[in-house]
Amino acid sequence: MEITNKMKLTFLSRSENEAFARSTISCFALQLNPTLSQISDIKTAVSEAVTNSIVHGYPDKKGEITLEAIISGDTLHINIFDEGVGIENIPKALEPFFTTKSEDERSGMGFTIMESFMDEVFVESKVGEGTKVYMKKIINSI
Amino acid sequence: MEIKYKKGNGALSIYIYGELDECTASNAKNILDKLLLDNLNVKSVIFDLSGLSFMDSTGIGLLIGRYKKLKNFNIPLYISGASVAAEKVIQLAGLYKIMPKY
Repeated sequence: MEITNKMKLTFLSRSENEAFARSTISCFALQLNPTLSQISDIKTAVSEAVTNSIVHGYPDKKGEITLEAIISGDTLHINIFDEGVGIENIPKALEPFFTTKSEDERSGMGFTIMESFMDEVFVESKVGEGTKVYMKKIINSI
Repeated sequence: MEIKYKKGNGALSIYIYGELDECTASNAKNILDKLLLDNLNVKSVIFDLSGLSFMDSTGIGLLIGRYKKLKNFNIPLYISGASVAAEKVIQLAGLYKIMPKY
């Protein structure tokens, strides 16, 4: 993979940083000349992954979340990872409307949104070690 | 995030502005629940989302939560003017099946 540009940002798992993370990724992605709809997709997907890390990855303490993005040709690669509690059952977590926190009014749509809005989503997780979400979006310039 | 409302013809219209995510949702939830509780005499509630610049799945959870509360009082909930940012998430979650477009 030939890297055109790259950025890496680490921040604390505070919910104020959700807006920070999605603003950052949308600024970075602008280099690919995306449409408004594509920018909106990327922002929402990143917001979902970061929210997951904040809410589920670090339920009892604050920890670090890293957002990494790589531009290669017309493709945006995004990695979001935490060193939180990890996901016990990934296939279950990926199911639409599945949530471990329904009493919290969580919709369970996070991963479904990531999968629908991005071209590829891959989740890696180890209980006690953390979770990494990889997402890819191809930006077709006109 | 900012919330405004107006009442007329038995309907309560609630306007949600700004960004609705995990960070702003709990504040929004408190404001909305107080507003709904104070207006249980209305015939319908309309959420106007045209001023919403961002919404993710946390917003879906919040909307479903308000829908359930209103359902207990047989008050239908409608969504109006969802912005591009909100529309795609709403469609994906199938929200219009339970809270139709106004």
